[in-house]
Amino acid sequence: MNRSAYATPNPAIATPDTGPVVALRNVAVGFDGPPVLEDVSFSVAPAETRILLGPAGVGKSVLLKLIIGLLRPLAGSVELFGEEISQMPEEKLFPLRARAGMVFQEGALFDSLTVRDNVAYQLIQERVPDEEIDARVHEALRFVGLEETFALYPSSLSGGMRRRVAIARALIHQPELILYDSPTGGLDPVTSETIIELIVKQRDVRATPSLLVTHRLQDAFTLCTHHFDSEEDRMVPLPEGQTNRNTTFLMLNEGRLIFDGSLDELVHSKDPFVREFLE
Amino acid sequence: MAIHTIDRTAKQIVLTVQEYSLFAGRALMNLFRPPIYWTDFLIQSDIIGVGSLPIVILSGFFTGGVLSLQSSATLSAFGATAVTGQFVSLTMIRELGAVLTGIMVSGRNASSMASELGSMVVTEQIDAMRALGVDPMRKLVTPRVFSTIVMLLFLTIVADAFGIMGGAAVTVFLNHQNATQYFHMAYEHLRYPDIVQGLVKPLFFGYIIASIGCFYGMRTTGGTEGVGRSTIAAVVNASVLIIFVDFLITHVLLSILPS
Repeated sequence: MNRSAYATPNPAIATPDTGPVVALRNVAVGFDGPPVLEDVSFSVAPAETRILLGPAGVGKSVLLKLIIGLLRPLAGSVELFGEEISQMPEEKLFPLRARAGMVFQEGALFDSLTVRDNVAYQLIQERVPDEEIDARVHEALRFVGLEETFALYPSSLSGGMRRRVAIARALIHQPELILYDSPTGGLDPVTSETIIELIVKQRDVRATPSLLVTHRLQDAFTLCTHHFDSEEDRMVPLPEGQTNRNTTFLMLNEGRLIFDGSLDELVHSKDPFVREFLE
Repeated sequence: MAIHTIDRTAKQIVLTVQEYSLFAGRALMNLFRPPIYWTDFLIQSDIIGVGSLPIVILSGFFTGGVLSLQSSATLSAFGATAVTGQFVSLTMIRELGAVLTGIMVSGRNASSMASELGSMVVTEQIDAMRALGVDPMRKLVTPRVFSTIVMLLFLTIVADAFGIMGGAAVTVFLNHQNATQYFHMAYEHLRYPDIVQGLVKPLFFGYIIASIGCFYGMRTTGGTEGVGRSTIAAVVNASVLIIFVDFLITHVLLSILPS
């Protein structure tokens, strides 16, 4: 496969010379049994999108929760927005977490609240005036194409719609980092593509750094080989042979990080597991 | 093997008690540090207080009635049926009003707290809340603890009042005694230590109900089956702890404020 790096038309997307948004060093995680993750090190640079691949149950979701301090590592260090958080008290973590957005595997919407209150959850806690909340919720829901669900409850939404509402909730605060936990898992191909399009839109329009967990190679390759055309207001393929240079890959297997690199390096990897996973 | 199992179980119990103590302590301390979610406090007060009113009224009324029936049967052997009012009011106010209300509210609200929070844990809603920068202890647990303490106090007063009325109904309509005499005896022999005893207990019971319900809810694991286990554990432990703490408080208060 001959692919050249895609030079994005938006200068804001180019990686600035600042420190990483997320940096994990020699991280180990375990619960009661043997370690789930061992010696994991990687970073996410500003405006970078990293796709975390791996088989089910390998610890991908655990890694995401580790990054925003929902879980603590047994060993190693986790830096979020330049601050070491592995030993940070919970109270100090809340303001840091509020700067990030996370889309959970099943959406994790609050089922006793309407879509409006779910999306506006952070704004309501910050006592933002109702008029401003309504305007921002409408804008966020318009971004994910679900403005008509404003007054509905999550129970009346389909699985794909719930994920899109979860994306709106994660984006409304204009986060400095977005973590997507299998956003297309268990969804049909059409809905999956809609969600991938939203992720590409967020990446290319707002240049938000992100880490996306998936075991669907098709989604990962779509992210790499497409960009969002603002004029056409849709995701379009990059010219043949080009990939998004800010979108790179990580792969976990048996609790260890076995790959860290670009799409080109991934498809040419000699690692037997990577080859097996790709095939 | 057996010793190993006992050892492990003992450690597990000690660990649970330690975790509960820290949890309950944090829930209480959050009352004195902002942010305090007053809206959630009012919502929970409505759910816990107003929602529990029918069961508290009914259980209080019929308990008072049963007390009257049982006591008059015994007291008549000594020709002392006139003191039925005193017996019912003292028993309700000092003991049964608080304990019965505690156990009824525990059955209704400790279970609901454990299942609601447990469901939120297994569907990652608690993690989502934390990820959104909101502390679930402050947002979910502290308002429930505070509301239960305040509401249980008022519910106990309601149970006491309806218990005395239940006793009066039985005394007048079934035992054909004088209502004035019943209420006179019920009121005349009440002392401040009796009332203090009856109103101190629900403060502790409310704290126990909410902190145990929330504790088991927040540590739920194992999906929907785990939610069921948490609910059972919350109701059982809250009810047993209410009776145990009732014994301790009664013992302490009787030595401080003898009747």
